[in-house]
Amino acid sequence: MTASESVPRPSPSSRQDDFVLEVTDLRTYFDTDDGVLPAVDGVTFSIKRGQTLALVGESGCGKSVTSHSLLRLIQRPGRIVGGKILLHSARAGEIDIAQLKENSRQLFQVRGGLISMIFQEPMTALSPVHTIGDQVTEAIFLHQKVSVAEARRLAIEMLGKVGLSAPEQRFSQYPHEISGGMRQRVVIAMALVCRPELLIADEPTTALDVTIQAQILSLIKTLQREIGCSVLLITHDLGVVAQTADEVAVMYLGRIVEHGPVRELLKNPRHPYTQGLLQSIPALNRGTRLASIPGMVPALTAIPPGCPFHPRCPHAQTGRCDHGGAPPLRPIAPGRDVACLRAEEIAGVAGEVASASGK
Amino acid sequence: MRSDSTSHSPPPPATAAAAPPLLSVRGLCRHFPIHGRGFGRKVIGTVRAVDDVSFDLHAGETLGLVGESGSGKTTTARCIMRAITPTSGEVIFHPRDGTAVDLARLPEPALKPLRPRMQMIFQDPFSSLNPRMTVGEIVGEPLVIHGLAKGDELDARVDDILRKVGLKPEHRTSYPHAFSGGQRQRIGIARALIMRPSLIVADEAVSALDVSVQAQVLNLLKDLQAEFQLTYLFVAHNLDVVRHFCDRVAVMYAGRIVELAPTARMFERPLHPYTKALLAAVPWPDPEVKMKFDVPGEIADPSRLPPGCAFHPRCKECYAPCLRHRPELRDATGDGRFAACHRHDPAHASGVEN
Ligand SMILES: Nc1ncnc2c1ncn2[C@@H]1O[C@H](COP(=O)(O)OP(=O)(O)OP(=O)(O)O)[C@@H](O)[C@H]1O
Ligand SMILES: Nc1ncnc2c1ncn2[C@@H]1O[C@H](COP(=O)(O)OP(=O)(O)OP(=O)(O)O)[C@@H](O)[C@H]1O
Ligand SMILES: [Mg+2]
Ligand SMILES: [Mg+2]
Repeated sequence: MTASESVPRPSPSSRQDDFVLEVTDLRTYFDTDDGVLPAVDGVTFSIKRGQTLALVGESGCGKSVTSHSLLRLIQRPGRIVGGKILLHSARAGEIDIAQLKENSRQLFQVRGGLISMIFQEPMTALSPVHTIGDQVTEAIFLHQKVSVAEARRLAIEMLGKVGLSAPEQRFSQYPHEISGGMRQRVVIAMALVCRPELLIADEPTTALDVTIQAQILSLIKTLQREIGCSVLLITHDLGVVAQTADEVAVMYLGRIVEHGPVRELLKNPRHPYTQGLLQSIPALNRGTRLASIPGMVPALTAIPPGCPFHPRCPHAQTGRCDHGGAPPLRPIAPGRDVACLRAEEIAGVAGEVASASGK
Repeated sequence: MRSDSTSHSPPPPATAAAAPPLLSVRGLCRHFPIHGRGFGRKVIGTVRAVDDVSFDLHAGETLGLVGESGSGKTTTARCIMRAITPTSGEVIFHPRDGTAVDLARLPEPALKPLRPRMQMIFQDPFSSLNPRMTVGEIVGEPLVIHGLAKGDELDARVDDILRKVGLKPEHRTSYPHAFSGGQRQRIGIARALIMRPSLIVADEAVSALDVSVQAQVLNLLKDLQAEFQLTYLFVAHNLDVVRHFCDRVAVMYAGRIVELAPTARMFERPLHPYTKALLAAVPWPDPEVKMKFDVPGEIADPSRLPPGCAFHPRCKECYAPCLRHRPELRDATGDGRFAACHRHDPAHASGVEN
């Protein structure tokens, strides 16, 4: 199997001009004692060049597994069992990441700078036994040939850019000596020094206060414009989504259930799960109890038949939503896709959320 | 060994209740040495991570602790829990039996029987769970350590608490790596709650959860609070959550509390310029309402604080006294709103603007 079916095809109508990444029917499963867990089960989405796609959804729905799959970081007992991950790189042409061999030069190239990632857990992304400076300069050496002094200068500059106070002093500190938020900024600095074409940011600002969050989000935006990189942003904060994303994909139990432009999706969510999610936002709740979606996410070993959301859905219809396969993601309006059989019928309900979110 | 900074600590924040607060923190300081590079890593400076912090925590209330990343929230929480020893200051704990102990100075053997009464839910669900223990072992461990349950009773209590936090009894035999971030956070919450503590310090306890699960967990924490008269110190960055969940809020900046007020009043009219900046930067879930980032300048470095008010180099309302004198946390309005800001110091009444 050659990885070099990836010759750039310059054609005027080529999707590579519009999209940096196209994921088709991605499936990542985990083999466990309880059986095969379909953590990601047929995920399809694409990211427009220079844009930000936000991926939101319930804890455990497969957002991180999806993003790890994009870099082929899934380890046993997990495996990618199917699907395409097409990267249209400006520097390296078209690459199907799903087909790359482990240890191949191209996979190294993808991880070493074409796509870079800010992990959800800053502590596991940082080595406890190396100084912050060593770790940032190492990220620089990975993809750039520069002198030690130059690397140090670049590293300190980037540490300052992400808002770390006294970057020279931080350079020689260890991760446990700085606060959680500072650690996350170090991780962000390491991801940004690579000047990636696609930045995957998994909860990048959750550990930060809102003023630094605002600063980091605008920094990511500036960098995005500067080097034309695209962003896959995973977050639970729908405020952050509203402020930064161009498009939003909503995941539930390993599948995308809704996808659309940020404004339309937040104002007028079409999938009942998205509607429930938006109604749970504390900012939009003024009572003593928060609204929440009833019930729990089912275990991946016991995914309900029919629409996986039907047991928790206020609009589920017996005999229609509760048997057969999962409803496919289908276009419902220009640029908008939804995986709900009843999307047209329940359209009226969504208006409530739209009016509640107007401040 | 008391540092002299405690001698001019602010007057104890006013308490309406006659009963002593569950916890009184006075002049709490925690400093860390900074080591240089090279052989021996000589000490070249001090980080004033927590610098003269005072507040009360009343039984059954929820106090939010918010503020800049690195401002000392986690360090304050860890001092209270005695996960680390404060450099100076007092942490007076009044259990319900009328006694009072200073947690800051208690030796470890005397602390041990008190530990079950104070539990912490951590910021980082990844590094705080032992990867080699099953969920059942992690959640049940505190009961085992303190010899409070075993056998079937232990299993029953673990199952019960797992259900309460939205996990399933079947999860008991799985290992943490098989869980998502949000699910791990629930494991941490279950572990804390199983001890039926009177004080829970929750450090970013719901920030890894999606909004729907977050709503469930916050509702759950509220129910448990009513059921067991729990007191929460709730450290968080999500101000929407704080506004919804907390009775009072303390705002930290550079190791100190700069504002402390009942939640509704703080959100209606913040007094301290840093609080104002913080509230303006909250991202609203509507693309048309833009968040504002209007604190210019460098983030505070707790090892090199400027003279006067630590916020003055970044403050829009800064005037002469701010450059020279460090403002004390004072009752700014006579109605239980405390601010450490010269603009709101009754002694400089002319400086107060509405
Ligand atoms: N190593 C593993 N072994 C078994 N199951 C796993 C493993 N890693 C992940 N999973 C399962 O895959 C599912 C998806 O996990 P993932 O981490 O992608 O969730 P997530 O959407 O990122 O959630 P969160 O918002 O809480 O971070 C979860 O149900 C989890 O239990
Ligand atoms: N063990 C340590 N050694 C040296 N400095 C430390 C240590 N622990 C904390 N600090 C410093 O103390 C300050 C306060 O850290 P702390 O973790 O309390 O902040 P925080 O308010 O919880 O921040 P965040 O919101 O980012 O979690 C930071 O400047 C940090 O670098
Ligand atoms: Mg995740
Ligand atoms: Mg902290």
